[in-house]
Amino acid sequence: MRYIRPLSIEDAVGQLAGSAGTAAILAGGSDLLVRMKGGFAEPELIVDIKAIDGLSEIRETAEGFSIGAAVPCAVLGENTALKKAWPGVVEAAKLIGSKQVQGRCTIVGNLCNASPAADSVPALVAAGAKAVVVGPGGRRTVPVQSVPTAPGKTSLAKGEIIEAILLDKRAPRSGDAYLRFIPRTEMDIAVVSAGVNLTLDEHGVVKSARVALGAVAATVLLVEEAAEVLIGSKLDEATLERLAKVCAGACRPIDDKRGTIEFRRKVAGVLAKRAATTAYARAGGK
Amino acid sequence: MNFDPRFSGRKFTSVGTRPIRPDGIDKVTGRARYGADFNMAGQLVGRVLRSPHAHARIVKIDISKAEKLAGVKAVVTAADLPDLTDGDAAMYDVLDNCMARTKALYDGHAVAAVAAIDARTARQALKLIEIEYELLPHVTDVDEAAKHTAPLINDAIFTEGLEEKPVKPSNVTKRSQFGHGDVHQGFGHADFIVERSFKTEQTHQGYIEPHACVANFSSDGTADLWVCTQGHFVYRQHCAQLLGMEASKLRVTSSEIGGGFGGKTHVWAEPVALALSRKAGRPVKLVMTRDEVFRASGPTSATSIDVKIGARKDGTITAAEATLRYSCGPYAGSWAEIGAMTAFACYKLDNVKTVGYEVLVNRPKTAAYRAPSAPMAAFAVESAVDELAKKIGMDPVDFRIRNAAQEGTRSSYGPVYGPIGIGPTLEAVKSHPHMKAPLGKNQGRGMACGFWFNFGGQTCTDLNIGMDGSVSLAVGTVDVGGSRASLSLVAAEELGIDYSQVKAIVADTSSLGYNDMTDGSRGTFSSSMATISAARNAIKILRERAAQMWDIAVDDVVWEKGHAIAKGEKHGNLGKLSLKEIAVESGKTGGPIAGHSELVADGAGVSFATHICDIEVDPETGAARVIRYTVVQDAGKAVHPTYVEGQYQGGAAQGIGWALNEEYIYGKDGRLQNAGFLDYRIPVCSDLPMIDTQILEIPNPNHPYGVRGVGETSIVPPLAAIANAVSNAAGVRMTHIPMSPPRILAAIEAEREWSK
Repeated sequence: MRYIRPLSIEDAVGQLAGSAGTAAILAGGSDLLVRMKGGFAEPELIVDIKAIDGLSEIRETAEGFSIGAAVPCAVLGENTALKKAWPGVVEAAKLIGSKQVQGRCTIVGNLCNASPAADSVPALVAAGAKAVVVGPGGRRTVPVQSVPTAPGKTSLAKGEIIEAILLDKRAPRSGDAYLRFIPRTEMDIAVVSAGVNLTLDEHGVVKSARVALGAVAATVLLVEEAAEVLIGSKLDEATLERLAKVCAGACRPIDDKRGTIEFRRKVAGVLAKRAATTAYARAGGK
Repeated sequence: MNFDPRFSGRKFTSVGTRPIRPDGIDKVTGRARYGADFNMAGQLVGRVLRSPHAHARIVKIDISKAEKLAGVKAVVTAADLPDLTDGDAAMYDVLDNCMARTKALYDGHAVAAVAAIDARTARQALKLIEIEYELLPHVTDVDEAAKHTAPLINDAIFTEGLEEKPVKPSNVTKRSQFGHGDVHQGFGHADFIVERSFKTEQTHQGYIEPHACVANFSSDGTADLWVCTQGHFVYRQHCAQLLGMEASKLRVTSSEIGGGFGGKTHVWAEPVALALSRKAGRPVKLVMTRDEVFRASGPTSATSIDVKIGARKDGTITAAEATLRYSCGPYAGSWAEIGAMTAFACYKLDNVKTVGYEVLVNRPKTAAYRAPSAPMAAFAVESAVDELAKKIGMDPVDFRIRNAAQEGTRSSYGPVYGPIGIGPTLEAVKSHPHMKAPLGKNQGRGMACGFWFNFGGQTCTDLNIGMDGSVSLAVGTVDVGGSRASLSLVAAEELGIDYSQVKAIVADTSSLGYNDMTDGSRGTFSSSMATISAARNAIKILRERAAQMWDIAVDDVVWEKGHAIAKGEKHGNLGKLSLKEIAVESGKTGGPIAGHSELVADGAGVSFATHICDIEVDPETGAARVIRYTVVQDAGKAVHPTYVEGQYQGGAAQGIGWALNEEYIYGKDGRLQNAGFLDYRIPVCSDLPMIDTQILEIPNPNHPYGVRGVGETSIVPPLAAIANAVSNAAGVRMTHIPMSPPRILAAIEAEREWSK
């Protein structure tokens, strides 16, 4: 096993692209080290990206926010501007693992681990976040939902690294929220989750919406029919019931050790309702 | 040694106070040495190869490639642990469980082991061991396994305890029955009858420290074993027997223990580590991973229980009956028998009958878990009792008070009770402020009672007085719950000195006579009795030495508040001699001063508790949250009340986990799906409210201080108390433990459908 700590993203990409055997990227290590200790991963090359310039920063730009791939989730919670603009994304990141884990883990790692139950991913998908991918062929920007393709699998090619996550500047009267269901209060993994992102018009009517569900299919689902239910409404009781129904219907869950198909369908709808209600209040809706 | 164990009703100075525990600072600073913290020069890393199959015949094992790998020093299989059990069926099962002989009987069953220079080499070596399996049909569910059509796990087993000797082998190894009176007639007198079936899933003790040991087998045939255990003397006996050694040639030293709860009363890795060390000629350290702990140590039984209870309109129970099926893993056990004994032990019943069936399944060998078998039986019985009270229209506490066992009651399992605490715990609950605390929306309250036998057993203790007057206490019961603090208090009490002058240790197996394990809530009960006896023996010598120093008759010397006092008018001008003053002179008055004790601590006295629990259920998701919890339990006498409270809270915490989320989940392939703390959900801190406790002290007449065991009873009522609370909060009777959110939501939805 070889461990390297490159200082530039180009060097990291070059090392990854040139590696002969299995390679892994190390940021917080909260997935990788657990897998290695459990004997599930034995990478021949480990590329630690924490020393790469700029990767440990959150930058606020004219377009919005750029969150570096090595920024720990705890740091997201300490960024007042980010928290104000995207409270749903930040609360999702702050649900991963425990306080100690949040001091290490990153949202890019959460995305690239490609678990359908990843906490930050539904919130990022609902937020319309994009990922900046750097590889041997240069830089490209892709929607986050295009990164995970199946449990444990991503669309990233050999040598490619996600450098940052981009979040848009907020339109007025916008709010987002993320909720997950776990049998415990913390230190757990989502059985079902829902992220909702809303923008209202001046009358409090939903102008645009994105609804994402986690842990109910092989990848996080962006449920467009659910967004359509919300657009044009003020989140009255009937709308919320329709939202729950559409979300339950959109799920393609499995029965497993964490929950049943019926449970996941039902609770996906409940969480979507509750997250939508919170997002609506955060957007200033009454 | 004429030791009088009877309760004396004395006043206490040290006992009942709450000093800091002697092992506390090392534990919170990380200095304490647990099983995996012991190391030796030249030690090898041991790893175990485990069956991935639930049930398979081992056709062939080829270890030649693994043996040739550089860095591998020993590979062992069942051939290296030959059968020396000489017809002892229970020990043969232990041996077969440590290393599968002809069949792998569960996912995780050990089939071979290696010792290598490092973990990486050991892991590689495991991959080089070639095993040819012939897969056999398997069964993991207790009800399925009990059917005639189930795959047979052991075709040499015929059900014991049947009236007619069976002609066909069965997975049901034994039937046992308890009770008295005529239940059929009793039900005839009932105005109301509740009859229900219940299930509980298999749970693990969930101790944080995995099994760990270092074995060092010398070429002279003697060996040392450092190990995390609840009973190093028992481990010594078992290991010595399995390896063909004399017990005295094997010295076992127990480490600090990061939880046991019954799960560290059984050997798994230790005989294997010794066999590896013997073969390799070097020390071998063997530490189980968490995955191995779940798959291959000893969880408790999964159960299926039918209960029927009848009562008159006035609230008197006329008959009670239960049939209990407990899983044992693939080896015979007596788990259902214990469940059948405890099921109705809280009540005074004229007509009672319980029948237990031990059932083999392709799961790990069941081991003890804190009041083993009692929580599941209590869940079923106390749920039915609650429902019956409702049917009659009586308050559930009043209904239980009316039927509670008392001194003189013939228990449902046979013996007649002495003074017991069930009635007082119920009265305490009735007047507890918790019962009046307001309940909000979607919240419900439940309560339940629990019983446990408690045990005394063989105990051997040394008390040595140093020449500076400080006291070393060497006990042979492993300290799993603060017993070194409690026993130091007892020594201080008896000698009349300060707690800080006593230092208690757990001695190794070569330093003391045999001690039973720390199980059956016996640690403080039995070792305190032995400590009192040892201290009294030391006092006898102290008095003799004082008499010698004064040159008076020993009968004229009494021991009071840590001093020898000369009594009688003719000695009026003699000052008192402190323990220290006598100790300082001991070299000149006859040598070291010590008290020794070996005894069988009889009369442990049964124990009762009543718990109250408030739960909030989210009707849309089935999530249940414990919002208030109170434990009321009889301690006889709380030697160190803080650790008694800790035992009460710990049992409740484990019960909450068991009731709500913990369960072994097996796939159709018979493999365990959740062998880790992520998906085997023990409660985290934020899942629990502050657990309130109330200690009752109804003295045990068979202990000088009135002490009863307190460690186990606290896990007996929680499953039932929580189930009753959830049922009240959700408006639907829950009959399947754990009451995980999908189960609660499904029950609520079914009820909604039903009432439409």
